[in-house]
Amino acid sequence: MDLFNDDVIAAIATGDSAGGIGIVRISGKGAEGIADAVIKTSSGLLVKDFETFTMHYGKCFDYYDHQLIDEVIISVMKGPHSYTAEDVVEINCHGGQVVTRTVLKAVLDAGARLAEPGEFTKRAFLNGRIDLSQAEAVMDVINAKTEKSLAYSMNQLSGGLSDQYQRIDQELVHALTIIDASIDYPEYEIDTLTTKDLLKIIDGLLSNVQSLLSTAQTGKIVRDGIATVILGEPNVGKSSLLNALINSDRALVTDIAGTTRDVVDEYINIDGIPFHIIDTAGIRETQNKIEALGVKKSLSMLDQADLILLVYDVSRGTSQDKALPFDINPDKTVINVYNKYDLAESNIQDEDGIVISTKTHYGLINLKNKMKDEAMHRINKKDNENVLSNLRHIHLLNQVNENLLNVQCGLNQNIPIDLTAIDLKNALDCLREITGRNVGSDIIDSIFAHFCLGK
Amino acid sequence: MKKYSGGSFDTVVIGAGHAGCEAALATARMGKETLLLTINLDSVAMMPCNPAIGGTGKGHLVREIDALGGEMGKNIDATMIQCRMLNTAKGPAVHSLRAQADKKAYQFRMKEVIENQDHLVLKQQEATKLFIEDQKITGVQVVTGAVYQCRSCIICTGTYLKGRVFIGDVQYDSGPNGLFPARYLSDSLKENGIKLQRFKTGTPARVDEKTVDYTKMQIQEGDEEITPFSFETEHLDIDQVPCYLTYTNTETHKIINENLDRSPLVTGDVVGIGPRYCPSIETKVMRFKDKERHQIFMEPEGLYTREVYVQGMSSCLPEEVQINLYRTVAGMENVEFMRTAYAIEYDCIHPTSLKATLESKQIEGLFFAGQINGTSGYEEAGAQGILAGINAGLKLDEKEPVILDRSQAYIGVLVDDIINEDASEPYRMMTSRAEYRLLLRQDNADLRLTPIGHQVGLISEKRYEQFLRKKEKIAEEMERVRRVIVGATDRNNQTLINLGTTPIQSGVSLAQLLKRPQLSYENTAPLDTNRPDYSKHICDEVEIQLKYEGYIKKQNAQVKQFKKMESKRIPENIDYQLIEGLRLEAVEKLSEVRPMSIGQASRISGVSPADITVIHVYLENRKKENANRDAEK
Repeated sequence: MDLFNDDVIAAIATGDSAGGIGIVRISGKGAEGIADAVIKTSSGLLVKDFETFTMHYGKCFDYYDHQLIDEVIISVMKGPHSYTAEDVVEINCHGGQVVTRTVLKAVLDAGARLAEPGEFTKRAFLNGRIDLSQAEAVMDVINAKTEKSLAYSMNQLSGGLSDQYQRIDQELVHALTIIDASIDYPEYEIDTLTTKDLLKIIDGLLSNVQSLLSTAQTGKIVRDGIATVILGEPNVGKSSLLNALINSDRALVTDIAGTTRDVVDEYINIDGIPFHIIDTAGIRETQNKIEALGVKKSLSMLDQADLILLVYDVSRGTSQDKALPFDINPDKTVINVYNKYDLAESNIQDEDGIVISTKTHYGLINLKNKMKDEAMHRINKKDNENVLSNLRHIHLLNQVNENLLNVQCGLNQNIPIDLTAIDLKNALDCLREITGRNVGSDIIDSIFAHFCLGK
Repeated sequence: MKKYSGGSFDTVVIGAGHAGCEAALATARMGKETLLLTINLDSVAMMPCNPAIGGTGKGHLVREIDALGGEMGKNIDATMIQCRMLNTAKGPAVHSLRAQADKKAYQFRMKEVIENQDHLVLKQQEATKLFIEDQKITGVQVVTGAVYQCRSCIICTGTYLKGRVFIGDVQYDSGPNGLFPARYLSDSLKENGIKLQRFKTGTPARVDEKTVDYTKMQIQEGDEEITPFSFETEHLDIDQVPCYLTYTNTETHKIINENLDRSPLVTGDVVGIGPRYCPSIETKVMRFKDKERHQIFMEPEGLYTREVYVQGMSSCLPEEVQINLYRTVAGMENVEFMRTAYAIEYDCIHPTSLKATLESKQIEGLFFAGQINGTSGYEEAGAQGILAGINAGLKLDEKEPVILDRSQAYIGVLVDDIINEDASEPYRMMTSRAEYRLLLRQDNADLRLTPIGHQVGLISEKRYEQFLRKKEKIAEEMERVRRVIVGATDRNNQTLINLGTTPIQSGVSLAQLLKRPQLSYENTAPLDTNRPDYSKHICDEVEIQLKYEGYIKKQNAQVKQFKKMESKRIPENIDYQLIEGLRLEAVEKLSEVRPMSIGQASRISGVSPADITVIHVYLENRKKENANRDAEK
């Protein structure tokens, strides 16, 4: 924690609400430089050269791989005439909350620190922006929020993820224990680690940390979207559904069954959550070789699906046989979609699905809401399965990774062990920042728990 | 007993062990009339445990004491009988000096220095009572009735306060090494509101060398070339005495296990908490059941004695059991004891009641240093002694105190650690405790601290000028090495290949080349034809600073961050009860420790980051209110 307001902090200023627009606020000396590291304006003007209180159009890119994240509007308010009385840059993203989070991640990667809850307000106060009479209220807010954030860091850790951190933590402490024991007790016979042993431990740690990072949900969802496969028998209106969802005529739609012979995909965004919609060939027993190929491909798409929209034609009667000529993995989330409501003869109950009409767009909003709910449910569920989704964690874990790479590099170059220990210690400090535990005398306690030392 | 006036002093130092000697020398050298009291004149600078100074972390402390103008470094340089630089295979941050001392010579030399010091009077007297008026120290009474008036007092009583020795079921009141304990001072401290606790430590037997068979042990020689502790000692060349290594075995452990019920540690007679890093042999065997043998180091106690210190075998088992178990060790089959191993329990204070100057928060002018502060070790004691002495002296002159922080010195780490958290065992310095250990090296202790030593008057002008010249030369040479470009000539590349590294394609600065692990300042001499002739100190410093530049920069960046937190002062009169939003536990801890800075507050266990934010906002608010009030006036 930095109390002295001279580093750059950033956070999403619009909260977690599912609005379309999200604002990433960056505050502090050097805020503009950080924005420049991830933003290219269409005019080519650097953020630091912006006039104060002007807005500019540009694109935001990933700090590391320079992939486009979103088209954004950037505004600059130079201190002291800003909310915090510091230089403030705000990045307005229109891609919804997942994109906004990804933009924030890029800003953090570029060197900003994730703001503590209430920190913008705190800075505003410390910099004299907020009146004395407001001070007490501010303090209450900060206190409440900071307490919450402390509890939050541990509570955020679900079982699986917490175990993973615990394991990485134990390995780091183990390595440091042995190194420090051998440094502090050079005359004692303790099982020291050879460079090779240490490299092996570091390799293991790196692969753990990196596999955790690779599951970082935000980036993945933004890149790939929630994989959503439209599935159903021929001519139930799968392509029409895709078109209705994207409001375009990309897929060829006819009344002849089996028109979609290949997989067609599109990206849509529902309240900030990106979906990768995959339209498939209708699935039925077929003699047509080309169609059979399409069916096979449709089925193979199932493996990659997060979400399946299983489409039925209600004009064919509600009591139609729901048995499909294939099995769906129970792990997949399935939404039953009853299409062609406009052609149905009687009222349809939508107990186990959503009734829609791709022609009149009846029920489409219900479907989108359902898709969003299921997606959020899935994202949250994934959190419980060791998927990293908390930006703060990702940011810190990236630092753990960087320090471990330094250790690896140092070991390969035969740098003295006490220097390598510095990077190792830094890695542990970053990890402990995630879990909220202080390193304190843990290493020393561990040394005496594991080794018999001393006169 | 009738009281009488024994005279008046600026400072009275109680106890002439390692802390007391440094403290008294510091105040006297700062021109303060100083009285140094000891329970026995023959125990000045006594080493009641192992005959060695230094070691990991501790060697750093001795260097720092020396850099500040203390005596310990010079004293061990003058009286060592063996010296080793430990950890040379590891990085420069953890190189540590350790020397075997001739115990008696060490004591005699220190006593001589003290006796010859101006403004310093040494007396054999047991201090019994403190006089305190208006929460200020005014005098010290001794057992014979004399009362010495004083304006400050430094208590360095080691393990003497209500000392009690344990050898199995034989238990008696005693100071260390058969000396008298201090029986009365504890009560006087308590009467004045100073809380005490019981700690425990122990020492192994001293055995008769005639009865030891060294041929069954491994010899351990000193370094061929000795690195002195003191920056003022130019060169040391002595005939060194070896130590020996041997091991316990299953038979030893069997005897211990069979007699555990006779150990006061097990019976519960010893209530004091012993240090984990000086475990008795019975503790080792109990805690590490799977370990088949433990190392035992045989350390000679001096040149004119045949007493040998048996490191690794401290014990408080009954004497007969001790003898039996020592005799199971290879080379000690027929060993005779000269002094029996014992555990000692003693009173010490809660160091959280101290300021970072080592002055009591409750009683003005009363300082504490050494084992009474719950630490262990001669070096830890000496380090606190000199700091307490300096601050007592500065206070008498109404000058700003010297406070060393964690980024400046191991002494700073030590003091910060003990005043912020009540330790449950005696505190020992370890390099692992220093988060900036790459910056706190033993080689640069003078660069870190000698300006402070000079400023307070403990470093002579002559030494300071030498120091400044050395500093200048280091800077010059670093600058030169950065400028030297090593050409990609065949000759240079052949030299590089011979040194086990890769040739260069084009000219590279020597500073850059030094970063290669295979290269050193010394072995690159052939690549650097116009190299000036500098002393080893200077060459080492240049090499370390250039070679590890990247890591040093990293630690410097961390220190910058740390310093910002430290520089945010908390006013002394702050009332934590009045701060809304602080959790109860934080209020208690903060009220007890009374941290000087936000940084220090953040290191107190039980104070959360949220509490820190609350304090910070409170302070800023208060500042603004004050400013507004002033403006209104």
